[in-house]
Amino acid sequence: MTELLGNKRAIMTLVGPALLIYTAVMLVPVFWSAGYTLTSGNAITGYHFVGLANFRELLSDPNIRTALSFTLRYAVVLTIAQVVAGYLLALFYVFILKRASALIRTLMFFPIVLPTVAVALMFQNLFAIAPVNGPVNSLLQAVGYHAIDWFGTAGHAFWIIIIMDTWRSMGFYAVLLYAGLVDIPESVIEAARIDGATGLRLVRHVVLPLSFPVLLAALIFSINGTLKVFDSILALTNGGPGNATTPLTLYMFNTSFSYDEYGYGATIAFLLTVICLIVTLALYRWSRTSGEEVAS
Amino acid sequence: MTATSVSRIVRDRPARRPDAQRTARRSVTRFTRRLPGRLLTLVLLIIVVYPLVWLFLGSLKSQYDYLNTPTYSLPTHWMWGNYEAAWVTGDLGLYIRNSTTAVFPALALVILLGSAAGFALQLMKWRLSRPVMLVFLAGIMVPSQMILLPLFTIYFQVGLTGSLWPLIITYAGTGLPLTVFMMATYFRAVPREIIEAAAIDGAGIFRIFFSVALPMMRNAVLTVALVQFFFMWNDLLVALTFTDSNNLRTVQVGLLNFTGQFGAIEYGPLFAAICITVGGTLILFTALNRQVMRGLTGGAVKG
Repeated sequence: MTELLGNKRAIMTLVGPALLIYTAVMLVPVFWSAGYTLTSGNAITGYHFVGLANFRELLSDPNIRTALSFTLRYAVVLTIAQVVAGYLLALFYVFILKRASALIRTLMFFPIVLPTVAVALMFQNLFAIAPVNGPVNSLLQAVGYHAIDWFGTAGHAFWIIIIMDTWRSMGFYAVLLYAGLVDIPESVIEAARIDGATGLRLVRHVVLPLSFPVLLAALIFSINGTLKVFDSILALTNGGPGNATTPLTLYMFNTSFSYDEYGYGATIAFLLTVICLIVTLALYRWSRTSGEEVAS
Repeated sequence: MTATSVSRIVRDRPARRPDAQRTARRSVTRFTRRLPGRLLTLVLLIIVVYPLVWLFLGSLKSQYDYLNTPTYSLPTHWMWGNYEAAWVTGDLGLYIRNSTTAVFPALALVILLGSAAGFALQLMKWRLSRPVMLVFLAGIMVPSQMILLPLFTIYFQVGLTGSLWPLIITYAGTGLPLTVFMMATYFRAVPREIIEAAAIDGAGIFRIFFSVALPMMRNAVLTVALVQFFFMWNDLLVALTFTDSNNLRTVQVGLLNFTGQFGAIEYGPLFAAICITVGGTLILFTALNRQVMRGLTGGAVKG
């Protein structure tokens, strides 16, 4: 038995191909890309060594500051928005709709599987002002306000992005969190009710602490995804107006493929990877310590 | 909350005849208790469904209709021809063929190799299984931007640019970490006794993988495959980087450049194209939704 499950050749055959492709497509390129940060040039013209010049540029580039601050703001705001909206939805499924929630759960889940580009094009037209008002501006005018050029100012554009991505993802987070909520034993809730906890107090003191682990998982999942946002913003605002809604990912893409500066593009990608690494490790450590606190 | 507040409302009402009052109270109680839930459900439905309905109506409007009638009105002429325009003039048919050609081979590779690796990492005994698992896990965190430039250089040097191969290879590589991780977590549920029994019956390790473990994981495989399918099908970054001509565009890249095919923006065909892509994924999702929900709520994601 141990011989069968410890057969070296069988293990190699099973893991080998996956490991090989993964190494060739991801591991090697990661280090290769890190090497590019010390060069200037691109795939067509070739590369030459420039030392730390790219990192010096990184520190003085005002576009980096804009992109970095947008990325962080977006990650924090959207994470809060989608996890809170998802959690409220999950509470709604579990405590108000109860067993009747299957259909609405599925319907709310729909948007996450829709192609991002299609959703972005739809939102562009939902919030359009020219050549004709979209539904949102029509509604504003119907209740006596002026139509707003939603994509014309940085502040408005930011919130449209947040609204769209929350619309897309809240049903998905609701299902994730719902799974955690239905696992809370009925008897615990019942006991708290008998002790006089109702409504908000029940949620605050009983449900919230008990669903903490799955809430934390959703949080980590969300931060990890939002730091890498690309599709939805490229398709919705293309980083505009100006570069006000350009995250690091899009700035890296433009630097590399519009301006053909692979060296500097790789440096931006490197910065993004370091941020992802730090945030992931920090969240991981935080989740372990706070997980213990809740358990004790 | 509802029981107490409702009884308070009902108590404040003037008394009627006893029996009528009792039935009235019961139905009022039930109605008011369910009212907030129903209202909220309605609001949620409008938030999710109305944009899609609006999209569909827009896909059936003529350009004149779209620009000159209120945005919530029905089309004056139902322009089903918009769909033909999107498919033929807009090249959507070509884009869907490209996406299919790129995604399905990659998906097959990811599922086969990913579940094999997950099986070996979770159920077989070897010293390096934990470090190898961590190496795969690290890949989930790395942003695609970090591998794009070397891959572009490699594909350019090897002469793969100008075909769909870069997409197939890149999707296969980037899909593996999450698949391996999810499959490994799902395989944890396979009881050791079953594998031992199969081994005693004389099955080799590959036989156990293909005929015992994998069939037990049918739902898990389906869930992982669907998750990966949506990642690959909806990908924009990789497709945008490695497709340099209109002939190679995937659905997402094609949609992004859709207005270019007509010169000026033709709203009807554009909305029709969005509807086709949205409708396709919706049909696929509806067909498999039960398995996905079960897989998501009872599986690896929950940790």
